Amino acid sequence: MCDGHNHSHPTHTHTTTRVPVAEQILSANDRIAQRNHSLLHQKHVYGINIMASPGAGKTSVLLKTLEALKGRLKIGVIEGDPAGSIDTDRAIAAGMPAVQVNTGGECHLDAVMMEDALSQLPLDDLDLVVVENVGNLICPANFRLGTHLNLVIASIPEGDDKPYKYPGMYMGMQALIINKIDLLPYVPFDMEYFQQGVEVLNPGITTFPLSCQTGEGLDAWTDWLVEQAHAEIIPE
Amino acid sequence: MHELSVTQSILDIVLQHAKDRKVQQVNLVIGQFSSIVDDSVQFYWDIIAKDTLAAEAQLHFKRIPGEMTCNSCGHVFHPGSETFLCPSCESSAVRVSGGREFQVDSIDVE
Ligand SMILES: [Zn+2]
Repeated sequence: MCDGHNHSHPTHTHTTTRVPVAEQILSANDRIAQRNHSLLHQKHVYGINIMASPGAGKTSVLLKTLEALKGRLKIGVIEGDPAGSIDTDRAIAAGMPAVQVNTGGECHLDAVMMEDALSQLPLDDLDLVVVENVGNLICPANFRLGTHLNLVIASIPEGDDKPYKYPGMYMGMQALIINKIDLLPYVPFDMEYFQQGVEVLNPGITTFPLSCQTGEGLDAWTDWLVEQAHAEIIPE
Repeated sequence: MHELSVTQSILDIVLQHAKDRKVQQVNLVIGQFSSIVDDSVQFYWDIIAKDTLAAEAQLHFKRIPGEMTCNSCGHVFHPGSETFLCPSCESSAVRVSGGREFQVDSIDVE
């Protein structure tokens, strides 16, 4: 370590100076995320960022959710490209404005991509923007987009040790869906162990166990989402 | 891999603080709950820092282990990857008390 001392070399002397920085690595991203958040706030649009590992059933949850919100909220969709799930065409066919974001091979969306996507949506006519992030549990956790809600979808077949293996993701969310609960009788999954890990990382987190297959628990989730969105979008 | 965009952010911060001086070392502080892979950050660094004043900079990673504190008995411990229970009293009433760091701490310039 060279803390401001001199190294003497035969031909020259140079000094090393330590410059304090103390800056968050993703501060630039966070500043743009803040700007996105302000824009959403100003337009009275509620934003939700959906993250999940591949196979958690993100697409099914999204489709069921959009269906349940029909007539209750005007929705726009932002789709992270390598996610390869509900195509934007499908959303457009259902009458929803949708933007496909090409992440250029990146494993996550970032605030700049979000800003660009928001500029392509008719925010004045929307109540809710749903962002489908790229499917994995490590990368998107670090990158705030500026949404009101970060939602993680976990699922029973993935195993009950996910919070212990991906603590970063489970710390960065504000709501959790546990999908495919219809498989509980067939898969070894210790719900208490799972929720214990979640609770330590994210005390008091709102959790929705549900099944897209049987429809169990879906209403609780969608009703809650509508309530959250209304609380945010109704102008004072 | 999200290390490319992370590395780009680090480089931006470093160059901004270097103010036209040559950078010899970048001192990073990374908590266990912020996941990045050292080797791939260094790999990207060698590519994107080329032709900048930070081209030869060494990246130094100070790792901060994840830390939890037991709400029941006050014990402070480093959690394992399979359980977060307090090793002293086995309570599950514990909270994360360290390991979220993710910052450029300082740089050494010439
Ligand atoms: Zn204890």
